[in-house]
Amino acid sequence: MNRMMQILTALVSGAVFGLGLSLSGMLDPTRVRGFLDVGGGWDPSLAFVLGGAVMVAFAGMAMRRRLQHPAFDDSFNLPATTPIDTRLILGSAIFGVGWGMAGLCPGPALASLSLGLAPVVLFVGTMLAGMVVHDRLVPKPMTPTPVVGAS
Amino acid sequence: MTPYWPSLLGGMLIGLSATMLLLLNGRVAGISGILGRLAQGAQIPTNAAFVIGLILGPLFYRLLAGNWPDVTITASLPVIALAGLLVGFGTRMGSGCTSGHGIVGLARLSPRSIAAVLTFLSAGVTTVTLMRLVSP
Repeated sequence: MNRMMQILTALVSGAVFGLGLSLSGMLDPTRVRGFLDVGGGWDPSLAFVLGGAVMVAFAGMAMRRRLQHPAFDDSFNLPATTPIDTRLILGSAIFGVGWGMAGLCPGPALASLSLGLAPVVLFVGTMLAGMVVHDRLVPKPMTPTPVVGAS
Repeated sequence: MTPYWPSLLGGMLIGLSATMLLLLNGRVAGISGILGRLAQGAQIPTNAAFVIGLILGPLFYRLLAGNWPDVTITASLPVIALAGLLVGFGTRMGSGCTSGHGIVGLARLSPRSIAAVLTFLSAGVTTVTLMRLVSP
């Protein structure tokens, strides 16, 4: 029973996420790059996406602290709090360069697959390849990192 | 006029999605993590369900708004291909992207996520700026 509810929750959460992305303007790589172009024709509107999302998620985190366990599972699966390390910073920097180049990050890239545009399909393909290459080449760190983790 | 309201409302829906996934399933709504685990063949039913829902999202938008969301891509295909590789590799190495670190991590006030967000924002700003200067 819980298993079915987990799958249903994941499906609905994904759809709400994709609807939110569509409404927010985050699906448009040109706007994303405009948001990052602070020294050019800066378009600050996408800061409201992050602001709105963090505001609501912050309330969600506060509610979590009052719960013993999630509704459909025995425990919360949150990333371990490990120190800030080279891997985190280097990985985030590599991600940021790719994000700036194309104006696409993983969520919007997956969501806009539904529009059937060739460049998006190409991006998702090489993104998956990049993930697989990383997981094959880079050894797992010594500390237990957020295997279930942050995103 | 730059549309701030749709951005704010869209962002709040994303926050709602992250809250649902956390309070009901106990999971972090991090897209690169969900996709990465799917690529590893881990927890396939729930991760695949989330990805399918995510892809359906713009279709619901189409039904409600009457038009598709704007997606205008100006980068060339080789640039897109390289960018995808960097995004895939980087988000796995940094254990997160705009959603996991940017939304859930910041909402948890995680020092790691704050560092990650500052790093990928700076790298993104630098990349866009350099590309504009090289070929305006």
